[in-house]
Amino acid sequence: MNTKISFQGVSKTFELKGGRFLALDRVDLDIADREFVTVVGPSGCGKSTLMGMAAGLVEPGTGRILLDGAPVTGPGPDRGVIFQQYALFPWLTVRKNVEFGLRLQPISAEERHRRAQHAIDLVGLTDFADALPKTLSGGMKQRCAIARAYAVGPQVLLMDEPFGALDALTRVQLQDQLLDTWSRERRTVMFITHDVDEAVYLANRVVVMAARPGRIHRIIDVDLPYPRTEEVRLSPEFSRIRNEVWHSVYHQAPAA
Amino acid sequence: MTAVSVTDPPPSPGRRLRRPGRTLVLNVVAVLAGLGAWTALSMSGITGLTGPVEVAARGVELVADGTLTNDMLASLRRVFTGFALGTLLAIPVGFLMGWYATARALIEPYVQFFRTIPPLAIIPLAILLMGIGETPKVFVIFLAAFLSSVVSTFQGVLDVDKTLINAARVLGASDRTIFLKVVVPASTPFIIVGMRIGLGAAWGTLVAAELIAAQEGLGYRMQQAQLYYDLPTIFVGLISIGVLGLIMDRLLLLAERRFTGWQERR
Repeated sequence: MNTKISFQGVSKTFELKGGRFLALDRVDLDIADREFVTVVGPSGCGKSTLMGMAAGLVEPGTGRILLDGAPVTGPGPDRGVIFQQYALFPWLTVRKNVEFGLRLQPISAEERHRRAQHAIDLVGLTDFADALPKTLSGGMKQRCAIARAYAVGPQVLLMDEPFGALDALTRVQLQDQLLDTWSRERRTVMFITHDVDEAVYLANRVVVMAARPGRIHRIIDVDLPYPRTEEVRLSPEFSRIRNEVWHSVYHQAPAA
Repeated sequence: MTAVSVTDPPPSPGRRLRRPGRTLVLNVVAVLAGLGAWTALSMSGITGLTGPVEVAARGVELVADGTLTNDMLASLRRVFTGFALGTLLAIPVGFLMGWYATARALIEPYVQFFRTIPPLAIIPLAILLMGIGETPKVFVIFLAAFLSSVVSTFQGVLDVDKTLINAARVLGASDRTIFLKVVVPASTPFIIVGMRIGLGAAWGTLVAAELIAAQEGLGYRMQQAQLYYDLPTIFVGLISIGVLGLIMDRLLLLAERRFTGWQERR
């Protein structure tokens, strides 16, 4: 398998009042091309920090992060990032938000419109293309953010608890929709969450992290077929994996 | 996917429904009640207090002989010049302070220091340094407008949501693009609030500025009226200042609605 993102011996220390805090301790993780990896763990396990490093928004302390074999030195349009707080530009319509990244690329206006429209259709916001974010529900806002990330054609999607602020019902709908989008235009996805069900339902592999210091506790393969449906969600096999992940998240042996 | 679109509820409308008609009626009722109270007070025999009728009559007189119009134009010119110069300078300086920590460290002590001095206290100094022409009057108004709006602009730049900046950065935006396409629009609401505060400060300084040997202007007219115990003229001056200030503030409010209508409110 082709490795897309590779974390190699990544550590990060934050200087806090009253001492140093080891946020990540020698993390090694390879994510394959077009793989869907979810990262789950207790708060303070450094999962967001790990993703921030892949995005190029956080500098690793020691170790390195490779994207297609080349070290990550900063943010770039080859990696799309979805934030929990949506981070839509409130003064721009859905369409203009989606076009924001495209305007930074050397493409014609026609090409830009075409690609923006495609991304908007992909997430099902066609009827809301000219609406301002303030008129959208939380779920629609996050779909707009996903369209904005998809539009620039990144090879990697980095999602930091993207559905964390949504109600349970909307969350399930967006999970199905994300998988639907992903299966049609497959990308490498690194998805941070604190929801065990979500982690299992979406992923090829679930990375379970532990806190103090932040490190990888276990990696659990999810051998469930795509497309995932309600049937999968309610299957005994899903429950088995879910229980396994649950135990490794909530019953971690304390660090040696 | 269609299931998502169908069950995704549109955001519910705000709890308080706006009823502009009712608000307007209440506004008019409040103004009429105020005028009524004023009339009652003046008729109850408070020494020297003139009623609305006398004031209106004086207003008509002053308009007829051109005095009021001249005074208004003179005052408006000063307020507008000082306010325009003040806010025009405040916007770039505010951006500079918000965007560059070095600029902030260099400029902020001066801004914070001069902000604590009431503009009126600058007047004696302004007269000695700039004489008694238009310059010192416009200068103190400028200073008042600048100091009150620069703080708001720079606070606005500081308060730009870091997630928005990161969102632009991961889409490939350069610092320049982030500044122009994210920081500037995101801080527009603060800039306009700063302009409104600056306008209030400019009007607030006007009367005092016109104490500096002016030959015309609303503040000058009221000062003269005080010497002659001419209450109706003082009232006309006060009401003119209030009405002009209100009109300018409403104009800025319109600009605010136009440029910052995207904000999520209440």
